[in-house]
Amino acid sequence: MRYLPLTNTDRQAMLAEIGVKSVDDLFIDVPVEARLGGPISSLPNHASEMAVERHFFDLARKNMAASHHPFFLGCGAYKHHVPASVDHIIQRGEFLTAYTPYQPEIAQGTLQMLFEFQTQVARLFGCDVANASMYDGSTACWEAIGMARRITKRHKAILSSGLHPHYVSVARTMAKYTGDNLDTALPTLSSTTDSARLLDAIDGETSCVVVQYPDILGRMEDLSAIAAKAHEHGALLIAVVTEPVALGAIKAPGEMGADIVVGEGQSLGVGLQFGGPYVGLFACKEKFVRQMPGRLCGETVDAEGKRGFVLTLSTREQHIRREKATSNICTNSGLCALAFSIHMTLLGEKGLRGLAQVNHALAVQAADRLAQIPGVELVNDSFFNEFTLRLPKEARPVVRALADKQVLGGVSLGRLYPNAPELENGLVVAVTETASAEDIETFATALQEILS
Amino acid sequence: MNALNQSGSKPEMGPSGDAKPATFTGNRALMLEEALIFEIGTTDTTGVDLPEVGRVASRLGGLERNRTIGLPGLSEPETVRHYTRLSRQNYAIDLGFFPLGSCTMKHNPRLNEKVARMAGFADVHPLQPVETVQGALAVINELAVWLIELTGMHGVAMTPKAGAHGELCGILAIKAALEARGDPRSVILVPESAHGTNPASAAFAGFSVENIPATSEGRVDLDALKARLGPDVAGVMITNPNTCGLFERDMKAISDAVHAAGGYVYCDGANFNAIVGRVRPGDLGIDAMHINLHKTFSTPHGGGGPGSGPVVLSKALSPFGPLPFTERHADGRYSLVEEETVGERHPRSFGRMTAFHGQMGMFTRALSYILSHGADGLRQVAEDAVLNANYILHGLKDTLDAPFAHSGPCMHEALFSDDGLADGFTTLDIAKGLIDEGYHPMTVYFPLVVHGAMLIEPTETESKATLDQFIGAMRSVVQRAKAGDPSLKSAPHYAPRRRLDETQAARKPVLVWQEPDVAVAAE
Amino acid sequence: MTRYYTEDHEWIEVDGDSATVGITDYAQSQLGDIVFAEVPAPGAELKKGGDAAVVESVKAASDVYAPVSGTVTEGNDALEGDPALVNTDPEGDGWFFKLTLSDTGELASLMDAAAYKAFVEAL
Repeated sequence: MRYLPLTNTDRQAMLAEIGVKSVDDLFIDVPVEARLGGPISSLPNHASEMAVERHFFDLARKNMAASHHPFFLGCGAYKHHVPASVDHIIQRGEFLTAYTPYQPEIAQGTLQMLFEFQTQVARLFGCDVANASMYDGSTACWEAIGMARRITKRHKAILSSGLHPHYVSVARTMAKYTGDNLDTALPTLSSTTDSARLLDAIDGETSCVVVQYPDILGRMEDLSAIAAKAHEHGALLIAVVTEPVALGAIKAPGEMGADIVVGEGQSLGVGLQFGGPYVGLFACKEKFVRQMPGRLCGETVDAEGKRGFVLTLSTREQHIRREKATSNICTNSGLCALAFSIHMTLLGEKGLRGLAQVNHALAVQAADRLAQIPGVELVNDSFFNEFTLRLPKEARPVVRALADKQVLGGVSLGRLYPNAPELENGLVVAVTETASAEDIETFATALQEILS
Repeated sequence: MNALNQSGSKPEMGPSGDAKPATFTGNRALMLEEALIFEIGTTDTTGVDLPEVGRVASRLGGLERNRTIGLPGLSEPETVRHYTRLSRQNYAIDLGFFPLGSCTMKHNPRLNEKVARMAGFADVHPLQPVETVQGALAVINELAVWLIELTGMHGVAMTPKAGAHGELCGILAIKAALEARGDPRSVILVPESAHGTNPASAAFAGFSVENIPATSEGRVDLDALKARLGPDVAGVMITNPNTCGLFERDMKAISDAVHAAGGYVYCDGANFNAIVGRVRPGDLGIDAMHINLHKTFSTPHGGGGPGSGPVVLSKALSPFGPLPFTERHADGRYSLVEEETVGERHPRSFGRMTAFHGQMGMFTRALSYILSHGADGLRQVAEDAVLNANYILHGLKDTLDAPFAHSGPCMHEALFSDDGLADGFTTLDIAKGLIDEGYHPMTVYFPLVVHGAMLIEPTETESKATLDQFIGAMRSVVQRAKAGDPSLKSAPHYAPRRRLDETQAARKPVLVWQEPDVAVAAE
Repeated sequence: MTRYYTEDHEWIEVDGDSATVGITDYAQSQLGDIVFAEVPAPGAELKKGGDAAVVESVKAASDVYAPVSGTVTEGNDALEGDPALVNTDPEGDGWFFKLTLSDTGELASLMDAAAYKAFVEAL
């Protein structure tokens, strides 16, 4: 077997050295009735590299790959061009096959990268500090709600109706066990968000207000008023960013008073990958740092006085605090954080702003073109690279019909809110730099045909 | 003769002998120092070219970001060099032996990377119509079948994002099952030797955590466990093989006792590599167990993730597993059970744990590894992993204290204590000495039940020659620690950095870069 | 003023019904470099033996228990900026909190300096 270096001669020599007759003697502590006599017969035996590759190739062909078609899906996962050097660097064995940097003297590469990543995330979000990443945006979001509970010692979390419904679902699952009370609502197919509802609901019992920016329908608005009202009542504002490229064009949540900003970092450096692995971003004000979940990298010096980096403030974490830890998280999303950081370094501020501008310009052109189709109406007043259309009929079958025409044309709100008939005509369309003018035209033509 | 080219001559040591001069750059040949991107990049540099698009009137709602963000950029060549230089300051499996106990640092086959990057998997969106992702769903389903068969369990939740997330999944399934029968049990029993994530996960779900004592053999004390069981105990979380490297002989009896008392059995599957293909946890009465795909099934650790932690579930707990999951129909089509169909298909689910369908990129890699090995190869994996660990235990037990060597063969990892080192010498010194020898140290100070614990897990992907050399190096470092060699106290000497000041890092945390003038002003 | 000690290595210096609490020199030497201390806020009600404060080194977090029951009147804010005070002057400037005792009778169960010295030597 190609992954196993021991030969039968080695095995015999080693067994003799240990002083046992056969490998079975090393499994004597397994009760006889639980020992399997041989390979599990319902499963196939080993296969060559070529055979395995062929199997996957056959399965991969059964999927419509985003790059092969006009593609307009978003809602928490975005297709951006990932520069070739990103994937090259993350496949270097020293990054790919390293572990969590527990021995800092021989992990400065990962640690320095994490320090740079933390700084990039903090600056992008307009916050003081950021951690070394979480699993994804949705888990980062509920970790933030839990953190707000620990800080405020209150249990009422008010969730904007524009928060991604899967993020709401995750928070709901967790809230059942942590005693948080979630104040939630469904969005409406209109250009106005529910900030009035949020402002009304904030009171002395509130731990946090959670607002997605831009929201699930692509809408966005200044968060300052919500931040001010929350702070007046001793509550925190948590902002959720599912499309970090937007922050190359629009104000950072931290600039508008958000206390904790979390997000999904998949847009930069990490491909779509059918939903994972992604990378959760987590940033906050410095005064809350000891309540943060997850790994943190900090600067220090070595015994010769040279600058170096270590994991720090570990006493918050499960391996020391056990049941009193801020979170049970152990592994983070290191390699995806690396990909994010490399992509951000390649872009730089100039490239990020340029990329955001291209996304916005294409989205504006697409929105205007699609809204010309009879019966189709643009819901948003403002948007970045994602907007919602109201179709004259249920959007879900339209999306399937578009796929039949080889166009991956957005996410129907019926998929995300299956029990809300008032939303079923909604179609959320994302337009990134990967969409060409021809793609937009192909999409518009196909949509018009389906609707007529 | 002066004209003769001397470059082919034998090199001479100059008059200064082997004194090492300081270099202008601070570099030492291939050991290259690298500044931070904030020190070498600028906000007007970029390493990307963007498509040209026509200008449009902004629809950003007056939210334009006008202030400088402070994100430096580098050109592509500078970027590649920056990260390549950083990478060379990392130890990795590709470079050498990485016996980090309980972490299963085995070889990461590159076929896994290749298949995961096929466009049909890497470039599909999680919310595409299911008709357009049948191959992706087939991969999830195929891996699920393997995990169920290999563990002898009833069902599997594929979405948990890492081992600790899987633990939470299992604990939430137990909580949901108890709630469904109106049973307010509130205590989870956890052995002291458990990973810290176990009590943290149980506490998150609102359980109180109590310790289970161990016997002098390093195994769960069955009698003490039985004595503690009662109507308030929701379940136990047991790691098997445990973190002392031992198989829990009484596992079936533990499960039977817990079930008889109305509780559930969670098994931490971090150490499944020791028994894959030889023992099925389902035959031991386990109700839930997470499987770290990045351990047993060779997906890369990536410097700390991403992991993936599917949870196999017993018949009793399967109805409570999370959303979404894949379903295979008689005609060979796959569908997804999400919120929409949960009412009819999976009404007792405890809900969603993450936005999408789990770590697809890890599923492809793990399945590629599993198919390569097959049922026969995976059995050999466990055998070689256990053989290698016992070889190390045997090779070191006369030099280092092996507190449980009397308890029978070890499984996939061998545990030692710091007993017998010279005064003032610790496990940490041994670890740092191993760095100079060119190894990544073993897990240190875990499990907590052994003083100065050293937990060595070689895995099956190491050759006998590698193990022989490691045993020799370890014996040498241990002898230095026993003899009180002061140079060991200041090891490592040859790593990119000497020992780092963690106290300073924690007392005055510097977690982000600040421009020097800002940093000075803040002092 | 009388100083008492607990088996969990806290000291308490009592003056009438008010007192100052910290951890002993032995405790700080066992913990190593202290990097963080979290002290209770004024007004917090403490129960004898309950969690009162947290002290952290790089690799460990330990709870500081209340030697007696009472109401916190002051936490030592100096520890926030300079947690090393717990190492350099554990039984002086490195104090954790002051409280008003609710039951001076609880002091009877604590050790005096001589008894604590003997207790530590026996460890």
